[in-house]
Amino acid sequence: MLQIDLWKRIVIWGLVALGLMMALPNGFYTRVETRNDAVVEIEQKGSTPTRVADAALWPDYLPSGLVNLGLDLRGGAHLLAEVQVSDVYEGRVKGMWPTVRDVLRAERDVIGAVRRLESPEDELRLRIANVEAMPRALELVRGLAQPVTSLSGVGSKDLEFSANGDVITMVLSEAEKLVSDELTIARSLEIVRRRVDEVGTREPTIQRQGSNRILIQVPGLGSAQELKDLLGSTAKLEFKPVVGQTRDPQTAPGARNELIPSLDQEGLFYIVEELPVVTGEELVDAQPAFDQNGQPAVNFRFNPAGGRKFGNYTADNIGSPFAIVLDDKVISAPTIQSHISGGSGIITGNFSVEESTKLAVLLRAGALPAEMNFLEERTIGPELGQDSIDAGKIAAIVAAIGVLVFMVLSYGLFGLFADIALVINVALIFGLLSMIGATLTLPGIAGIVLTVGMAVDANVLIFERIKEELKSAKGPARAIELGYEKALSAILDANITTFITAVILFVMGSGPVRGFAVTLGLGIMTSVFTAIFVTRLILVIWFERRRPKTIEV
Amino acid sequence: MAVDVSGYRDAIAPLNLGDVSITEVFDPIKPDQHVTQIRIEAQEGDESVTSDTVKAITAALKAFEPSITTPAVESVGPKVSGELVWTAVEAVIAAIVAVLFYIWLRFEWQFSLGAVTALVHDVVLTIGIFSLVQIKFDLAIIAALLTIVGYSLNDTVVVFDRVRENLRKFKKLSLKDVLNLSINETLSRTVMTSVTTLIALVSLFVLGGDVIRGFVFAMIWGVIVGTYSSVFIASAILLRLGVKRDWSKQNPDAGGQYADIDA
Repeated sequence: MLQIDLWKRIVIWGLVALGLMMALPNGFYTRVETRNDAVVEIEQKGSTPTRVADAALWPDYLPSGLVNLGLDLRGGAHLLAEVQVSDVYEGRVKGMWPTVRDVLRAERDVIGAVRRLESPEDELRLRIANVEAMPRALELVRGLAQPVTSLSGVGSKDLEFSANGDVITMVLSEAEKLVSDELTIARSLEIVRRRVDEVGTREPTIQRQGSNRILIQVPGLGSAQELKDLLGSTAKLEFKPVVGQTRDPQTAPGARNELIPSLDQEGLFYIVEELPVVTGEELVDAQPAFDQNGQPAVNFRFNPAGGRKFGNYTADNIGSPFAIVLDDKVISAPTIQSHISGGSGIITGNFSVEESTKLAVLLRAGALPAEMNFLEERTIGPELGQDSIDAGKIAAIVAAIGVLVFMVLSYGLFGLFADIALVINVALIFGLLSMIGATLTLPGIAGIVLTVGMAVDANVLIFERIKEELKSAKGPARAIELGYEKALSAILDANITTFITAVILFVMGSGPVRGFAVTLGLGIMTSVFTAIFVTRLILVIWFERRRPKTIEV
Repeated sequence: MAVDVSGYRDAIAPLNLGDVSITEVFDPIKPDQHVTQIRIEAQEGDESVTSDTVKAITAALKAFEPSITTPAVESVGPKVSGELVWTAVEAVIAAIVAVLFYIWLRFEWQFSLGAVTALVHDVVLTIGIFSLVQIKFDLAIIAALLTIVGYSLNDTVVVFDRVRENLRKFKKLSLKDVLNLSINETLSRTVMTSVTTLIALVSLFVLGGDVIRGFVFAMIWGVIVGTYSSVFIASAILLRLGVKRDWSKQNPDAGGQYADIDA
């Protein structure tokens, strides 16, 4: 006979109630959102009367998780950037030169003089005077290589040396490049996050995609261009000793020097030393400020190590100029007036207030380890997002009403049962989405609407089966039971296959496709749950109360 | 102001952007809104359309018609769009293989082949209609394509499930009659589900805004094709291939009314 144990009933109703509770905040979206924002603000910036009032808009004992609205619904900017991971190799390789030189110099009487040669960017080439000593030289430099610490690169070293005649070539090993790429991406992600956070927008999405891409979505931002301005410059700050200046871009800067153009003086070039005294990595703070002439400037402070280096350098070089270099342009080249101790300073240049503010933000957030190329960008105006939400809402409501009415027309009372389950089903989807903090996008709404259409499928299967079983003249209770039993395999097979495609979509897709896959997948789970358990329970309760002799499906 | 496509074209022409497609986006719900979509090809040497290009276009259009605004800008580089197509192909193949395997596990290989033929049929027809009506092939369309795969399978599996059951129940009946019977028995369910899904999809198509219209159109088409293929293609393939009827040897308990509830 039709029976469901009491504990099963409790579990079923409990799950439904839990789902409804989780979905509830979405019914009061703006209110709960204001409240959540206020709570975060109180935590971070302390409480003000308005914030406390906002926080009281929604009771604490109720769940307050909301479905995040995706970029296409809220409006904002989307950017897909590719990190030029190979940029980093050059710095690594060149940075090795002093160490390599020192090691070889220590045995100068065997190896002879060491000279650095011109080389491609990711190689270091040097010539030793004494060719016979090549094995010894190689042995020495190979001692510099460190084992690579990664799973795939076990047993390999980070540097590779090869000899050709009297020339030694040093490159990064493949394993080390992989490790370096990983680090570059991780660091880029961190810096991008910091820079975007500095702008202070709500819930930006910053994700790694594939091996060397970063997806950035910032809701509420006016255009993708703003985002590009923020991320487009690496903001590499260096302080370099100035050797001289020239107006001829063809000037040979000399060994270990480089020619850097001035930022604001057209045609002026500075000859500076290649190795910086201090870099932006040793900054701990940067703030927009004004110099003694009232011009916008940026105040900065070094960490202790950087401060000491900067202090020593300025003490030794009073009277000579040094260059402040940002992204390979000289911002300014002041002359050192006195020993600068304490590790703080000021950068002046022809800044506007906006520029100095932006520079301070960039310096504070740190330099990007490598440049980024932008592969894809999207701007969605906020009006368009609102239009999409409105359209989606209306469509979902009309779809729901259409399906509900159709079910009642087709199956009468049983159709009504299925309708109740359908409403619960949609609420459960929203509950689950809020619980896992998923982002609802337009394709996601489409996924939900599709679930509305397909959710009744399981019920239809069951009802059709009950109809058939009734024809073979069994009692109504037996018919219902058989209907459920026999429809089960079809329901499971049908939904598992659809679920498989949802999983594949989730794994292989990105962005909007994932949003769709998530709602579709969740929709399948909830619809199977409501069809097998909830409608059955409703049916059983109805059956127990009425004890009908015959049933009409 | 109404949309003046040829005027826009003339306004943009001096910029020399190569292949430009300008289409009016028609939204029956909001007749007072005039939306136009302008698509330009990737410019030489750029990974995505640069903001300078976008600015130049906006400026040119503003000069022609001052009230024009650009609420949405989208740029996909050739590298990404190439990958997009690959992702689509890979995802569809992965889905088909996974499903092939699942149905083979749950049924017999003949069923599996029938279902997959129906799937390929749906995918080919859907891609065909995309190129016929020139729908932009984007990520959302890939999602639609995969949903169609899922939906069509859903239908096919329900029919096959009944076939499997009837094969055990009516051991004397010819395969043709069993298939016929099974399709007829499940027909009302097939139609019901398609109708409810179509109700949802049509309301999305009409009311859901123009952003997802292409996507929803693909789905509607897919539901129709998917329903058709599960009734007329998958079973027909199954009939051609034939099915091993000798269930009893492999599984002596099979044939009872509970035999198929093993999941």
